Amino acid sequence: MTARAALATRHVEHVMGTVFSFDVRGTDDPEGVGRAVAWLHHVDAVFSTYRDDSPVSRLGRGEIALADCPAEVAEVLGLCARVERDTGGYFTARPPGGGLDPSGLVKGWAIERASGLLTAAGAPRHTVNGGGDVRLGAAPEPGRPWRVGVAAPPTAAGRPAADALATVVAGSDLAVATSGTAERGHHIVDPHTGRPATALASVTLVGPRLTTVDAYATAAFAMGQAARDWVEDMDDLEALAVTATGETWRTSGFHRHVPPELRGFLPAWPPR
Amino acid sequence: MRRALLAIVVTAAGLVLLLSFKPHQVTDAGAPPAAVAQAPAGRSGESRESGDSDTTGDSGTTGDSATTGTTGKADTSGGSGAAAGRTYTGDAADTRWGPVQVRITVAGKKITHVEVVQAPDTNHRDIEINQRALPVLQQETLSAQSARIDTVSGATYTSEGYVASLQSAIDRAGL
Repeated sequence: MTARAALATRHVEHVMGTVFSFDVRGTDDPEGVGRAVAWLHHVDAVFSTYRDDSPVSRLGRGEIALADCPAEVAEVLGLCARVERDTGGYFTARPPGGGLDPSGLVKGWAIERASGLLTAAGAPRHTVNGGGDVRLGAAPEPGRPWRVGVAAPPTAAGRPAADALATVVAGSDLAVATSGTAERGHHIVDPHTGRPATALASVTLVGPRLTTVDAYATAAFAMGQAARDWVEDMDDLEALAVTATGETWRTSGFHRHVPPELRGFLPAWPPR
Repeated sequence: MRRALLAIVVTAAGLVLLLSFKPHQVTDAGAPPAAVAQAPAGRSGESRESGDSDTTGDSGTTGDSATTGTTGKADTSGGSGAAAGRTYTGDAADTRWGPVQVRITVAGKKITHVEVVQAPDTNHRDIEINQRALPVLQQETLSAQSARIDTVSGATYTSEGYVASLQSAIDRAGL
């Protein structure tokens, strides 16, 4: 290992049904990563809907009251209510035909907190990627932003290579979340119709905090083409979408998050 | 449209690098990975020195063709021990245009040389793509490393799906 390589910590953790990738620069002290990983496992134990004995599962079945749950549960349900309001009900923690399921917000919220734990532990230069939703911390080195590849989704126009990208987002202290049809092998349901949303192949949202950006991305996918106007009206939020037919659109400020040399490949704005 | 296609080709081809070679073996000099053979023993005692790479041919497309003289030029020249590169030959990756296989030289954490071992050339259309895209691939990767990404955002993958994901290749590469 070179001295330069030693000043970095990488860690991959399987938890919450997916994989979290940590990339920490400027330190080889894994203490922050250890705390963040412990946090993610704690979140899984409290919020998993796949565990019958988790507080959220028991709350959903009415076996315990909110007051009996760890304080984080009330915090998360409050955030869910806020996002449900922000999105006109396109995000909900109470899906049609289902019980209580705040999972669509929990992961982004947990990643955001994990990023904060890393910074508090003296490791501000990091990325935390939870199953494709990313929180960027401070820049990896002065003058160089993080670069996030946005995976190109399969569309009616074809299935791109596994390594094909729709664009690249460059930045720091930023959240990047993508929702798509391949999400965990399930469809995202439009809560208003109860039917799978089919207009978009994927939508990528960029904003300051993953807590809301991740859940917003899920809602935007459910909105379909209407997501463009919705994101446009939101402060500090930009979007790039690939439609089911393989076309792309973006909001007016998305290009600011794309490296200058790649902006020429973005879809036109204003849209033709 | 042509420009967009070219961009996609370049991006995909650039990322084939990340996806194809076996970077998790970079720090594991004692155990040659399946897809990469180190230089013949005795060439040098220095583990970081460039070596001719070979493929195991598990894709069935390269056979024993890749190891003779020509790979010597992939060696970085004039470097000190720390700056000298190591070469890695990736698996042949199936792109929508056909198999692409590259050999890279890595010095420190940077890709210093890219050599296209295999590229689609079965018809005129493919040849045109080669001539337009592959030189750009080399240029992009070598200079600005503009396709270089630190992480990937995409529709949420499961633990199982992660194994085949671009993110897992990046995690293994540590580049």
